Amino acid sequence: MNTAPLPPNAAIFRAQHLTKIYRMGEVEVPALRSIDLTLCRGELVVLLGPSGSGKSTLLNILGGLDTPTSGDVWYLDRKLTGANDRELTQFRREHVGFVFQFYNLIPSLTARENVAAVTEITRNPMPPEEALRLVGLEHRLDHFPAQLSGGEQQRVAIARAIAKRPAVLLADEPTGALDSATGVVVLEALERVNRELGTLTVLITHNAGIAEMADRVIRLFDGRIAEIRRNAAKRAACELKW
Amino acid sequence: MISALDLKLLRDLWHLRGQALAIAAVIMGGVATLVMSLTTYDSLVRTRDRFYADYRFAQVFALLERAPESLAERLREIPGVDRLETRVRAGVKLEVAGFADPITGLIFSLPDGAEPELNRLHLKRGRLPAPYSPDEIVLSDTFADAHGLQPGDRLAAIINGRWQRLTVVGVAVSPEYVYQIAPGAMFPDFKRYGVLWMSRASLASAYDMQGAFNNLTLSLAPGTPVQPVIDRLDLLLTRYGGTGAFGREDQFSNRFLTEELKQLRTTARIFPAIFLGVAAFLLNVVVSRLITLQRGEIAILKAFGYGHLAIGWHFIKLVALVTLLGVAAGTALGAWFGQGLAAVYMETTFRFPYLDYVLRAEVVLIALTVGMLAGLCGALMAVARAVRLPPAEGMRPEAPVAYRATFVERMGLKHHLGQPSRMILRHIERRPVKSLLTVLGIACACALMMVGNYQKGAIDFMLDIQFRQAAREDVSVTFIESTSGRALNELRTLPGVYHVEGYRSVPVILRHQHLSYRTSLYGIAPEGVLHRTLDSRLRPVALPPDGVVLTDHLARAILHVGVGDTLTVEVLEGRRPVLQVPVLGITKQYLGVSAYMRQDALNALMREGPVVSGAYLGIDQGSEAQVYADLNARPRVLGMVANSASIESFYATIGEFVLFYNTIATLLAASIGFGVVYNSARIALSERSRELASLRVLGFTHGEIAYILLGELALLTLLAIPVGFLLGVGLTGILVLAFKTDLYRLPLILEPSNYALGASVVLASALVSGLILWRRLGRLELVAVLKTRE
Repeated sequence: MNTAPLPPNAAIFRAQHLTKIYRMGEVEVPALRSIDLTLCRGELVVLLGPSGSGKSTLLNILGGLDTPTSGDVWYLDRKLTGANDRELTQFRREHVGFVFQFYNLIPSLTARENVAAVTEITRNPMPPEEALRLVGLEHRLDHFPAQLSGGEQQRVAIARAIAKRPAVLLADEPTGALDSATGVVVLEALERVNRELGTLTVLITHNAGIAEMADRVIRLFDGRIAEIRRNAAKRAACELKW
Repeated sequence: MISALDLKLLRDLWHLRGQALAIAAVIMGGVATLVMSLTTYDSLVRTRDRFYADYRFAQVFALLERAPESLAERLREIPGVDRLETRVRAGVKLEVAGFADPITGLIFSLPDGAEPELNRLHLKRGRLPAPYSPDEIVLSDTFADAHGLQPGDRLAAIINGRWQRLTVVGVAVSPEYVYQIAPGAMFPDFKRYGVLWMSRASLASAYDMQGAFNNLTLSLAPGTPVQPVIDRLDLLLTRYGGTGAFGREDQFSNRFLTEELKQLRTTARIFPAIFLGVAAFLLNVVVSRLITLQRGEIAILKAFGYGHLAIGWHFIKLVALVTLLGVAAGTALGAWFGQGLAAVYMETTFRFPYLDYVLRAEVVLIALTVGMLAGLCGALMAVARAVRLPPAEGMRPEAPVAYRATFVERMGLKHHLGQPSRMILRHIERRPVKSLLTVLGIACACALMMVGNYQKGAIDFMLDIQFRQAAREDVSVTFIESTSGRALNELRTLPGVYHVEGYRSVPVILRHQHLSYRTSLYGIAPEGVLHRTLDSRLRPVALPPDGVVLTDHLARAILHVGVGDTLTVEVLEGRRPVLQVPVLGITKQYLGVSAYMRQDALNALMREGPVVSGAYLGIDQGSEAQVYADLNARPRVLGMVANSASIESFYATIGEFVLFYNTIATLLAASIGFGVVYNSARIALSERSRELASLRVLGFTHGEIAYILLGELALLTLLAIPVGFLLGVGLTGILVLAFKTDLYRLPLILEPSNYALGASVVLASALVSGLILWRRLGRLELVAVLKTRE
């Protein structure tokens, strides 16, 4: 099942009554309480909320890294809940791009090779050079992570995430470890990918300023959706300040 | 009240239990080898000393033809003599019902109606012969046990040509015959050689020695030097056919015992030195890597305000606990193995009646010190590195280390390598020291295995050279006294005997400068078919016409002579001439030490005709029993040694002991090997779990990330094996150099099976560790890695 031609506004994720309860010894900590949500192709969605509100849990379940306690998630027509580890690995490999707060690059591989590490295991990827050009790193192809700044490292991570032409790009606090000027450059890269490739991009932040670049802002509080707001006039990343 | 930090310590220890146990196993292996070897040695030395003292082992011994008992009084007057006892000693042939092979033995007199003054018997069963009893005897326990003889059983003996029926009344051990070996034999043969004791009066009458003696032993007053007493004795005994008195160091049983203990002491030093050295090295590597992983924690403790000393002390305690565990387990295991080893020793080689098992505190202290030093050095260096960082920096993830394309890639192989393979190569090349240490560690494990089990092959090789290249006779026969060469014709006529070579043997003292050695000089057929001398490349060489050929060990290690030097040969027989003989050759021999001449040359030196002392026989297969029976029936044949029995008895005695030791050493080496490989693998996992989890999140499968981690382990393991082979050869070489005694010298022979065992233990350890890692990789925390830095 490939993602190739999808209608412009196809629903990529559908979540129904999504609930997640962590058991910490004898205490049960609900992280998500019956979430219903649909995310569509081409959208740039910001998940906003204080820590502990459940945004990371939601992102992890969507990305196939965690399973809900109850409720269901569909990726296109495929039900993710109940899939086994092998199927989830396959799902992440083909359809999901991840960007982490701490970049998680492989220090022993160059920028180009970090991207290639992922493109080598997927069908129909873009060349690593092209992915790096998209994030403005075409001149840093053969540098190792140790030779790159934090912002550059994060952009390599974005290139790595999008090079497989995923349907979904999930970014958990991608600017969390960066100063605001560098953060803006990273957000611009995400914005460009979203715009040019039409990749559904879900971005976690607790920084309300960033929310202004989103098509939709979903505010989570205490495991529930507190608010879904559509930005009438979304702002370009370069205009953001925090 | 237990402090929070101590609580953390215990929890950490529990958390690291797998690795802690593996580290403890490495220490245990080293310590157990040390404790086992040293306690065995200490115990046997202590047992020997106590046994010698308790049973009044004599200090000087002399053999003569015959002297009147009245001489004893004069001998007692020699200054320094404390106790002196005269005895009658007779060579006998024995017959045990149901055993057809010839048995030879020695029979000694016991004073009638009194305890012996010297060389008292430790009765294991039964009693001493009644005074003047004509047929009661005490048997040496080895012989009695080999034949299952008990007090009350009977056997027959031919004493002085007369057949006589004897009754066993006791079974005993004598300090004089702790190690019992027939003259001319290489190894003890408990079935075919025995020592007996009977009443002096009865033995004297059977051996025509009434009022006379042919053997004497004496002890010295404390502080008396031995040599003047020996010189005096020799002077006084010459006219009675004395063959030269000798001290304890030349007493047969004691000399072998000393040599064996020397061997054991070497083993007890070299083996543990190698094992403990390797274990210490591994401990150092493993501990330092373990602590490097605790970098973040150290930073946090510093942030809390703990000082360097407190933090250092904390980790020292961690390492000390693990080391203590290893030392304790190693000491217990080593003591247990040591008792087993000493028991095997006493069963196979030295028949002490009891064992004084000692575990000296020093031994434990050495083990503890080495273990602690190794552990703490590793810990301290790593802790020092970690505490030097400012806390804030320590809490941040370690800066990504700078990598570069590897040598292999620069060679142009880049296009053949996928990213995972590049990760493996770069990771190895980026930390060359660490990779090297891992390779070395695993290589050491491989080498230890080779050292541990090398002796088996070496013994096989040694016996093969001895009995298939040098001493190829099936049986060697000794005559009661030197005989005309015509006796050989008689042997040639025996059915089943296809070849006979006579030999002449003369007891001698070989002297070169201040060095001397008491042995037999053998005159053998110059181009013998059966008994041959071998050159340094183990090819048979003909003996040169005049002069002696010496065993390499005798020439180089004992007498320090080379080809062309002149040796003083002091003959201890007949006219007792002292001759100057050139050394004309050196023969390679792994077992025993001997001096050879051509028989005709020796006869000429002795100014005698073609006289022989014995013969080497080649026997047709299948006719052994017939030939043995025929030989046994010949009164002039005193004894015979069958090579097949020698080989058998070697394996049953020294061989069994060595192999028991090796088995244990191999087991310990395996435990060290596994500890190293497992720790290397576990630490690699800790170091890289974050990276691997990230890849897992990106869609890499379990198998694909396992390839990255296990591929590195596999590559390092494969690199380590040839290095281990080299190390193994080196360590074995050290062992071989240290293992040189009069009794035997082990050749440096490593068989394919040695290499195979070394490699397979490493591979098996790697496989098991790999499986454990595989399972752990399946349980990687994927979510956590998104949020954490390191």
